[in-house]
Amino acid sequence: MIISYQGLQEISGSLIALEGVSGVGYEEQAEIRLRDGTVRTGKIARIDGDRVIVQVFEGTSGFSLENTETVFRGRPMSLPLSAGILGRVFDGTGKPRDGLGPVFSDCVRDINGSAINPVERVYPRNYICTGISAIDALSTLIRGQKLPIFSGYGMKHNELAVQIVSQAKIAGEEHARFAVVFAAMGVKNDVAAYFRRCFEDAGVLDHVAMFLNTSNDPIIERTVTPRCALTAAEYLAFDLGMHVLVVMTDMTSYCEALREFSSSKGEIPGRKGYPGYLYSDLASLYERAGMVKGKMGSVTQIPILTMPNDDIGHPIPDLTGYITEGQIVLDRALNGKGIYPPINVLLSLSRLMKDGIGEGYTRADHAALMNQLFSSYSKVQDARALSAVIGEDELSETDKRYLQFGQAFETKFIAQGEHESRSIEETLDLGWEMLRLLPASEMDRLDPKLLAQHFGEEG
Amino acid sequence: MDRKENVIFGVNGPVVTVRDSKTFFMQEMVLVGRERLVGEVIRVTAQETLIQVYEETTGVRPGDPVIATGEPLSVTLGPGLVGDILDGIERPLRAIAAKDGVFIGRGTPVGMLDTEKRWPTHLTVSVGEELTGGSVFAEVRETESFLHRSMIPPSLSGMVVWAAPDGEYTIEEPVLRLRDADGAEHAVMLAQKWPIRQPRPFRERLPFTTPLITGQRVIDSVFPIAKGGTAAIPGGFGTGKTMTQHQLAKWCDADLIVYVGCGERGNEMTQVLDEFGELIDPRTGKKLTERTILIANTSNMPVAAREASIYTGITLAEYFRDMGYDVAMMADSTSRWAEALREISGRLEEMPAEEGFPAYLPSRLSAFYERAGSVNALSGHRGSVTVVGAVSPQGNDFSEPVTQNTKRFTRVFWALDKSLAYARHYPSINWMDSYSEYGPELAPYFNARVNPNFTECRRRIVSLLLEESSLMEIVKLVGADVLPDDQRLIIDIARVIRVGFLQQNAYHPDDTYVPLEKQFLMMQTILYLYDAAKALVETGKPAARITETGLYEKLIRMKFDIPNSDLSGFDTVKAEIDATMARLFEPPKEPLSAR
Repeated sequence: MIISYQGLQEISGSLIALEGVSGVGYEEQAEIRLRDGTVRTGKIARIDGDRVIVQVFEGTSGFSLENTETVFRGRPMSLPLSAGILGRVFDGTGKPRDGLGPVFSDCVRDINGSAINPVERVYPRNYICTGISAIDALSTLIRGQKLPIFSGYGMKHNELAVQIVSQAKIAGEEHARFAVVFAAMGVKNDVAAYFRRCFEDAGVLDHVAMFLNTSNDPIIERTVTPRCALTAAEYLAFDLGMHVLVVMTDMTSYCEALREFSSSKGEIPGRKGYPGYLYSDLASLYERAGMVKGKMGSVTQIPILTMPNDDIGHPIPDLTGYITEGQIVLDRALNGKGIYPPINVLLSLSRLMKDGIGEGYTRADHAALMNQLFSSYSKVQDARALSAVIGEDELSETDKRYLQFGQAFETKFIAQGEHESRSIEETLDLGWEMLRLLPASEMDRLDPKLLAQHFGEEG
Repeated sequence: MDRKENVIFGVNGPVVTVRDSKTFFMQEMVLVGRERLVGEVIRVTAQETLIQVYEETTGVRPGDPVIATGEPLSVTLGPGLVGDILDGIERPLRAIAAKDGVFIGRGTPVGMLDTEKRWPTHLTVSVGEELTGGSVFAEVRETESFLHRSMIPPSLSGMVVWAAPDGEYTIEEPVLRLRDADGAEHAVMLAQKWPIRQPRPFRERLPFTTPLITGQRVIDSVFPIAKGGTAAIPGGFGTGKTMTQHQLAKWCDADLIVYVGCGERGNEMTQVLDEFGELIDPRTGKKLTERTILIANTSNMPVAAREASIYTGITLAEYFRDMGYDVAMMADSTSRWAEALREISGRLEEMPAEEGFPAYLPSRLSAFYERAGSVNALSGHRGSVTVVGAVSPQGNDFSEPVTQNTKRFTRVFWALDKSLAYARHYPSINWMDSYSEYGPELAPYFNARVNPNFTECRRRIVSLLLEESSLMEIVKLVGADVLPDDQRLIIDIARVIRVGFLQQNAYHPDDTYVPLEKQFLMMQTILYLYDAAKALVETGKPAARITETGLYEKLIRMKFDIPNSDLSGFDTVKAEIDATMARLFEPPKEPLSAR
């Protein structure tokens, strides 16, 4: 029997308190019905005896102490799932918003998920060819990885995400069983529309499930949006055996929603007012990527976050970087030079690439080339700094070659068209071509054999 | 005694409240709710008892029972730990996977060592012997390469009245009976329990005399750590903390590694499992997993268990130390542990100190690091626990509370540097910010075991790096060309030290582990070249002429070109230096044009 509770004890921000409640569990889902018939959802955030605090996802506007009727569902917030979620658009709490009616579900899952047992994980090794040189060669994306894009306002992170999604392919495998789950948190409506249009143009829309919480949607709803999306992704991957790419944007809005909610609960703030559990909370999202034993599919995450004031030390990028397996960092200066994608390769990193490149994965010379490119490009920065002080003319011959190399590397190797997809061979060959702009004596990371092979007589 | 059932009153995240109960004691282990989630009592007042729960509390209801166990949160110590992977409160993850599948379920009991498995046991004591707490009474072949010495629990002593014959026993079968001074008899099993927050007792602390040899040049030669010592590895994300920890776990010469993945990535633990299952320990010829215990509490596993995982790890380390082993514990990362403290503290509405961390953070950190040490154990064996704690400073800022407090209680500081990591200089240990206080204590070892000149070479290498660093200030402003030749030489030779010596390639078969002997010869050869070159420059020859000979590149490649198994290559290199220098000393055939 379901008991409904009339009225409320207290309303504070998005939190409501009820008294005299019995038989409910922590984090249980609640439905609050208003006199006018509208229904809002919430979840139990705290229990003290018969007093229960509920957080209302859609906000408490219009609530009075008397005009509500609350029902507890007896289970945590969950999402109905089936293969039919592909091609659909949902709101931030997983309710259809495309007017196509409810999802006929095969099963219902708790959106909080459970931690994957580390012994059941499969260490990800298969690289995903994105067709983007800066990523494929220098921070290779691996299937089952979580690789965020650190961006700033006004930079082309959305374009980059779309390009990755539409070009991503796995060497030597059929492209059929893949899916995209897109979670928008606090993004503008036109951004959400942009993604939708791009998926449509790429002809993948019927493989996409979209969870949209746009910037004018309630903030508290935003805190469950990525959980709904990841629950859907896990279902597609581990129940239906699909390779799922999850794009989550913008994680900064998500964290701000979390901060707002935390402060409304009166919690003790940590850094910059974010709650002390921000790390654990982000981890409960990002760690839901990976591959597991005995299952076909995989969940690969590309979260996008905008760094407030381009500060990589800000708690959001900082904590994200500690959890994710690397990061792709976009650079304001490169962006200013008109280079797309403006990837700062020195700050970018893929932690999983070391086991997913080389013979049998990409090409045998990949690791050596990557190390040399990093090493040489980091010297470009020194040469530029020096040139800024003493002027280009005063530089040594070697330093001048470094400047040339740097210029070519940025405009030919990093830069490419929004629809240009380079094969891994093209990318690696281009990398060697760049290195040949430097004297062979500067190749400090190459063994003699590679040196002879790529620098010939000069070496 | 009042046995009225205790029930849950409130739930707030991982913190559960019980009203009107006076029976709980602090740090008692309790079972919460119908699923019997494991929890620990963290605050007791007249009205309320607060319990932190080590599992997700979703669905926990007021009115559900809370069962007191009457014991502090303890782990089971006995055969079956080595080679296993456990969660933060010692539950075997493989067994949980067999029970729950891919995702971790709830309500698995603690201390679930395999009670079915029979261990080949040899009793080393006989009837009539007087045994004191901590003494060894049996030997168990735990893995092919690892001998487990079973000890009497520290609180027990007495005369052996019965000893089981050699044979195969489970950890729960009595194998020994002791009669204590009061005449009471106690059965002793292969396994014992120990509360994780209480350090295990030992006879005395011993001075640090032996380094933990890691095969990593920048560590062994420049910033060494003693067996029984403590080290901190702070570094922002992407600087290679985990990589450095993995390298240490793989190659250091400890008998046993306890690797605690505290709030880190799931895939990293999987990687350790995979990799250590394949790699061969060069000293025993067995798989590395046979000397490793993994404790995995990944970042998405419950936060309270993350706080406990560090204590579980150090308790296991102490247990094996008591058997007379050198144990190295890697904690990755202690910042996550501190954050777990902060999170729980916040839920308790305690007054925060710096950056929201509780005021007791320093005392908790020091209590943890003080459990390291080289000791004379109750068993009479010498053993040690070395602790290497990674620190993840927020925003890469080393002035934050966890880094600063860790610095106070550890004696080695391997500061990982973002700019080195960006240039892919690994291990990215910054030679200016790092230090080791064990240098003087370990100097006799290096000088006696490796070479009498070892510490002198180290001193010169470090001072060259220091000189380079101050010269670089000038170079950054005006370029290297304006420096006088003797200073250019320092820049050049320091580059050889940085690239050829400090940088180490973890993926190169020879370079991933370098024996001390080779480390010394590399230092010596670099200094040999420096001395020869300096003599040359003092005669007025330009430093650039040495660059042209390619000797620097030759020395930089020494680490790859000279195999660990045959160090005669160093003589060849020295001969080449001699020959080249002799050639350079000769007057040129035609006068040098002004450069």
